[in-house]
Amino acid sequence: MGELSRFWRESNHRYRMIAIKCGNCNEVYFPPRDVCPKCHRESIGKMQETQLSGKGEIVSYTIVHDAPPAFMRQRPYVLALIKLDEGPTITGQIVDADHGALEIGKRVRNVFRKVREDGKSGIIQYGYKFVLEE
Amino acid sequence: MITLNDVYIIGAGETKFGELWERSLRELATEAGLRAIESAGIYSKDVEVLYGSNTLGGAINAQNDIGGLISDFTGLAHNNIPAISVEASTASGGAAVREAYLGIRSGEYNVAAVGGVEKLTDLYGSEVLDLTSTLLDSEWEGFFGATPAAIAALVAQKYMKDFNVDHESLAMMSVNDHMNASKNPDAHYRNVLTVEGAVSSTMVAEPLGMMDCSPASDGAAAIILASEEYVKKNKMNGIKILASAVAQDYLALHSRKSIYRFDSTVVAARNAFKKSGLKPDDISFAEIHDSYSIYGLIELEDLGFAKKGEAKKLLPDDIKLDGRIPINPSGGLKAKGNPFGATGVGQFVEAFQQLNGKAKDRQIKSPANALLHSMAVSGSTSVVHILEGN
Ligand SMILES: [Zn+2]
Repeated sequence: MGELSRFWRESNHRYRMIAIKCGNCNEVYFPPRDVCPKCHRESIGKMQETQLSGKGEIVSYTIVHDAPPAFMRQRPYVLALIKLDEGPTITGQIVDADHGALEIGKRVRNVFRKVREDGKSGIIQYGYKFVLEE
Repeated sequence: MITLNDVYIIGAGETKFGELWERSLRELATEAGLRAIESAGIYSKDVEVLYGSNTLGGAINAQNDIGGLISDFTGLAHNNIPAISVEASTASGGAAVREAYLGIRSGEYNVAAVGGVEKLTDLYGSEVLDLTSTLLDSEWEGFFGATPAAIAALVAQKYMKDFNVDHESLAMMSVNDHMNASKNPDAHYRNVLTVEGAVSSTMVAEPLGMMDCSPASDGAAAIILASEEYVKKNKMNGIKILASAVAQDYLALHSRKSIYRFDSTVVAARNAFKKSGLKPDDISFAEIHDSYSIYGLIELEDLGFAKKGEAKKLLPDDIKLDGRIPINPSGGLKAKGNPFGATGVGQFVEAFQQLNGKAKDRQIKSPANALLHSMAVSGSTSVVHILEGN
């Protein structure tokens, strides 16, 4: 994971959870896309940024024990599929939760956290994670 | 009116799959390739094109262009025939065979070789995990700590809840693989596994344990394809490829229409059945890409052998060697092993032996047709082939 410029490019969307809305069909996409998979060329020039609420619900989750090097210090961690209120489903971690309290369908909201540490280069990368809603 | 050539498999060979520390990428590929040539009863000079299949050679072994490497060390490069490298994630094997099939079907070639090779044990486990995770969407899955096993676990958790499936049902896929692999001398693991042993294995990503996950294997497999004209002229027996189909889905699981239906598999299978004129009931056995036990169940459904959520009804008896639809007579990805670029080609080696009645202890009784399914990591690409025996 060494390509630093790539993360700078994506960081605005990743830091502030900015999605893309297709002006042709109104579907909201996150991660951001340059073309709508449903409207294709009809969407060109109509893909607009839109702010997500960061709230959604758990579609599925897992507790990861076998982790890549950049996540060794976080083991075991909870990875989940979150369906955001605006429509898109995304992959992210759930933190600060008692594993026994995790359940499909539960509400979550986003928090800004350290996501990964690259041991070799020492680069620390930040982004969103999720916590269970009170 | 364009006439297309029928395509036959005339030879197949493979190395043992496993942790082959002392063997190099090129040695493994050459061994499998020469076995396939010998099995076909042809000479290297008869081969008109080579397709090399690999997934992570560039990252793990610092060797790109596997087609070029195999061509060089099997001596085919001396004849200057084309050598193409095919990479389609962990579906590279099926994809490479399909490219060779198309080359012959179009009339461009009469004899094609396909060689798949992978060497995953050259690095430490955690480094390999880092690299296999690049097969996912690196920026929006891998960045957040997703690994191929974690993605499979997300699929499993939701599937098990919605269809009331327990871990024991998943484990039966692995148990079946190990039972068949115990009869396959080329298999990575030849030990018999119990359901109790499988469900109590070390957790990888809950609910999946080590015995739900295919191992990182080394190995190589190769097959020789030929046109009907070549087969007839040389009075050979071949296994006919009735149909070949490939389909794609979103790379990232989170963007798919369903998280426990592999649409790439559904579409590839539908197209393959349509082209072959066969139905799932006509299939005598199948080799499926069960890189994770949960994927095995889902694939049984998406290939048309069971309705959605009902694969568990086929387990354990229907999928056994003497069952209604034997699955993975080779031992599958869990126990024969999963050397990515060789895995899909290895399925053809098994089918070639089975359809020729030469699978010895694990021979399925008089099989007529086989279905082979090769898939990219969490379902983004699927390749399906249907074969007809003699
Ligand atoms: Zn649109």
